[in-house]
Amino acid sequence: MENARNTAAPGPRLAGDLAIWFFILAELLAFGVFFAAYAFTRAKNLELFNAEQQALNRGAGVLNTMLLLTASYFVVRAVQAAERAASAQSARWLLAAICCGLGFISVKLTEYSAAFAHGVSLSSSPFHMFYLSLTFFHFMHVILGLVILLALWNGARKGRYHPGEMNGIETGAAYWHMVDLVWLILFPLVYVIN
Amino acid sequence: MSVEVHGTPRRATILWLLLIAATLLTWGLGAADVAGHLTILVLAVLSFWKGSVIILDFMALRHAPLLWRALTLGWMILVWAVIALAYWKGISR
Repeated sequence: MENARNTAAPGPRLAGDLAIWFFILAELLAFGVFFAAYAFTRAKNLELFNAEQQALNRGAGVLNTMLLLTASYFVVRAVQAAERAASAQSARWLLAAICCGLGFISVKLTEYSAAFAHGVSLSSSPFHMFYLSLTFFHFMHVILGLVILLALWNGARKGRYHPGEMNGIETGAAYWHMVDLVWLILFPLVYVIN
Repeated sequence: MSVEVHGTPRRATILWLLLIAATLLTWGLGAADVAGHLTILVLAVLSFWKGSVIILDFMALRHAPLLWRALTLGWMILVWAVIALAYWKGISR
């Protein structure tokens, strides 16, 4: 098996299970529709959206962007370590990524509690409806991503991933990167562009 | 050797630092409140570049069959095109 892989002619290879990529495409479509709905509703309510966007904690948004990017980087390092058959290192990188993900959750919860304290709710304005539903939809994906990273961490500690068996860690990593990718559009769209 | 689709740690580290720098630049542009078409364009280009790093390097689609690169990068182009259209519609009302 290992031999077959090593002597195979170099050619295109999709990292991770084919099924996760279909799932990722479905997720990207759902977020895409959400982004379009936000953008066109904003176009009809420019003054309201611009004013209420100013009240968002942009610093928290930047911090969360950096936490997700760093978590993604740590996941890449974990995959690279698994590719070198360095399981213990791979597990450590995954644990670091999990810590960043937990950081994201904490910042987001702090942001939500401050918003709720100021009377922000799903029905308080069209902007708030989008802000809460879009970011919460993404938040749920971060939580699922963390569950997947925990499973990968457990697998890496048991030495499950190595050059002959990369499918599990590559599949989980692809999901996590998708969560990051979506945030990279959500953040400028909801927090910055006005 | 098998096809190494995940690149080197050195390349990943450089890309990560550039991604963080681009995020700080986005923040700076937002904080300066320099609303304008050029600012929005820079924000969109930065976000697009960041997304393409995630897709091509972190998701390792650079080494995947062309179809997967086309689907994911195409999604990003489509999303930004729709956002640009809505933005244009908003300012030309």
